[in-house]
Amino acid sequence: MISLAGRDVLHSWGKFVFTGVGLGLLIGVTLTMAGVYRGMVDDAKVLLNNSGADLWVVQKNTLGPYAEASSLYDDLYRSILAMPGVARAANVTYLTMQVRQGNRDVRAMIVGIVPDGPGTPGYLIAGRQITRSHYEAVADVAAGFKLGQVISIRRNEYTVVGLTRRMVSSGGDPMVFIPLRDAQTAQFLKDNDAIINQRNRTTANPALNQPGVLEAVIGSQSSNPYVNAVLVQIKPGHSPEQVAEPIRRWQRMQVYTRAQMEEILVAKLIATSSKQIGMFLVILAIVSAAIVAFIIYTLTMGKIREIAVLKLIGTRNRTIAGMIMQQAVGLGLLGFFVGKISATFWAPLFPKYVLLEPGDAVRGFVAVVIICILASILAIRAALKVDPAEAIGG
Amino acid sequence: MKKLPISSRAITLAVVLIPLLLAFGYVATSSGPLALIPVTVTQVKSQAISPALFGIGIVEARYRYHVGPTMTGQVLRLDSDVGDKVTANQVLGEMDPVDMNSKIASKDAAIKRAKASVLAAQARVNDSVARAHYAKTQSQRYAQLVNVRTVSEDVAEAKHQEFQIAEASLAAARANLNATQEELEMLRADFEGLLQQRSTLRLMAPVDGLVVGRYVEPGSTAMAGQAVLEIIAPDSIWIDTRFDQRQSGGLAIGQHASIVLRSRTGQPLTGKVARIEPLADAVTEEIQAKISFDQRPDALPPLGELAEITVALPELATTVVVPNASIKQFNGETGVWLIESDELRYVPVEIGASDLDGRVQIKRGLKANDRVVVYSKQALTQHSRIKIVERLVDDKQ
Repeated sequence: MISLAGRDVLHSWGKFVFTGVGLGLLIGVTLTMAGVYRGMVDDAKVLLNNSGADLWVVQKNTLGPYAEASSLYDDLYRSILAMPGVARAANVTYLTMQVRQGNRDVRAMIVGIVPDGPGTPGYLIAGRQITRSHYEAVADVAAGFKLGQVISIRRNEYTVVGLTRRMVSSGGDPMVFIPLRDAQTAQFLKDNDAIINQRNRTTANPALNQPGVLEAVIGSQSSNPYVNAVLVQIKPGHSPEQVAEPIRRWQRMQVYTRAQMEEILVAKLIATSSKQIGMFLVILAIVSAAIVAFIIYTLTMGKIREIAVLKLIGTRNRTIAGMIMQQAVGLGLLGFFVGKISATFWAPLFPKYVLLEPGDAVRGFVAVVIICILASILAIRAALKVDPAEAIGG
Repeated sequence: MKKLPISSRAITLAVVLIPLLLAFGYVATSSGPLALIPVTVTQVKSQAISPALFGIGIVEARYRYHVGPTMTGQVLRLDSDVGDKVTANQVLGEMDPVDMNSKIASKDAAIKRAKASVLAAQARVNDSVARAHYAKTQSQRYAQLVNVRTVSEDVAEAKHQEFQIAEASLAAARANLNATQEELEMLRADFEGLLQQRSTLRLMAPVDGLVVGRYVEPGSTAMAGQAVLEIIAPDSIWIDTRFDQRQSGGLAIGQHASIVLRSRTGQPLTGKVARIEPLADAVTEEIQAKISFDQRPDALPPLGELAEITVALPELATTVVVPNASIKQFNGETGVWLIESDELRYVPVEIGASDLDGRVQIKRGLKANDRVVVYSKQALTQHSRIKIVERLVDDKQ
């Protein structure tokens, strides 16, 4: 049996292919927008996965350390280690700042980690983990640093010894891991002018400027015994809430489990921006659907004379309807392929992570097919109403 | 021939559609759940590693001398300034003596007067000796005369009494002489004391050294014990180094160290561990050790300069060694991903010492020539499908 649709496509293949590609690029944009949204949520989740923690101990009555500022004394982890069910606990600091490398600077989240403790990057793609207790860094590859390069954080210079991947803050900034002690200094260290200024102020205060007192005051002003959170890993056989409750009760600290932290990050921290993207995604999807429908409708309307001829020679309505629908679905498939391919190729070019989920692709595919069928039904109605006389009358 | 136009169109369409389908196939398998995770693999080696410790230190002088007056007073002059090299016993400055010289002159005069008093007392003793001698002779003579009854007993007793009085006054004169002599001694001692005090007004260098601080200027008052000048012994500079307690195992006196001063990053110097402080810092969780230079740098580094210290520990016995990037945490255990006949298997391991280049000893769990995953593009699980590649990033410098 002759496929009318195939014949027609072959007859005007250029028109078909180019329309399909155009449609595909539009579908590609829609898929990418979905990827941007998914990537945003994923950024928040990898932050939690990468920290390797089951519990986050933060300052009381804060949503720290990611959504709010939190500060704890750095010896608190010792008492937490002694709590029941705690396997490992380690201090961690987070500080988002510009990291200088040569003449450029990169926005990055500086993470102060205890070597071998929770919080160390779980996997590397080059180099090694930090071994020295000072002046070494492991950077996310998105920061653009290379092994052996020297980067400046505040006053100190750090050698990049390892590279990792997909270690980003909830805002998508690449992470740079440095030893905790350095990070504490970096977080607190003011510029030299400010330090000298502060020394002078302290010296000018008669209550403080007394022999023996002044040195002690200046010493205490230039040290930082704080960290932002304590990451806790629990022993097998304990539930996170079981371990969290005694810490809340006896250490009087805020403790978040992974589920609560995810809630904070996804529902609070990135809520507005993800809704913004989500809204845009919805509108884009509706507009794409409308455009796909219009294109198929106009494409069919363009062939109205040929359809009239078909009717004139006595073709059955079913055959004509089948042809139109086959073409529409074919166009949709072509568009989907082009869209998926283009989205996959341009997604890595985005500065922030774009996560193309297979589920989204499947949903997109189903949506495209449904839209094509619906649009072709409109076109079929119009085609079947055509008067065969038009074939000769026109 | 008739069918040719149609089939040529079909070919053209195929030329467009087939690459599209191929590209789609590539896209579907290279991303998403079907994609293989690229990993790099290394063979477990059996080798000896030399661990090392890394710490941050501050240049300090082992011996610091604070030179200052022993009495509160005004600084008269200072001959030395910061940066001067001084030798032991060199006079560096002087305190204002104020009334010290007058006090010395007054003591001198008092000594002279006391000397005169001693002479006078001596003369009185001589006088008393003469009187006593005469009284004694008289008394003896009258005693004989009483025996021959030439004089009355009254007279003889009177003479005897005179003798006794003369004796007593001689004793008094002698005592007086002693007293004046003692007083002279006292004044002399005072005088010596004043002279010595005057000598401490001179500020002297206790050792050969370098002046690093000048805290009081001439004209100002320095309290007793306050430092006017600070001197260090340049040969005694060392580096007060702090090591993370976690990474300080094996540190011992005499171990060789490499010292990189912050101002001379390109030129490492050599040194040794000179002392490990018995007291560790409980707050910062660090231990402190002193690293001395093998050879003092020609240009003395300023005290307080930061230095990076790497202490080489003795080489350890040959064991199974893996890069630290291959050590992963999985299900609450520390281990590595082992590749056995292209299958991925997680093996918990026990970790030993490690060196600064990131090599880690494996005490248990692996044997030499096992193949383990080093780098991976994402975290692995047991069901991960992997693709072994040479390297993941192309940026080795």
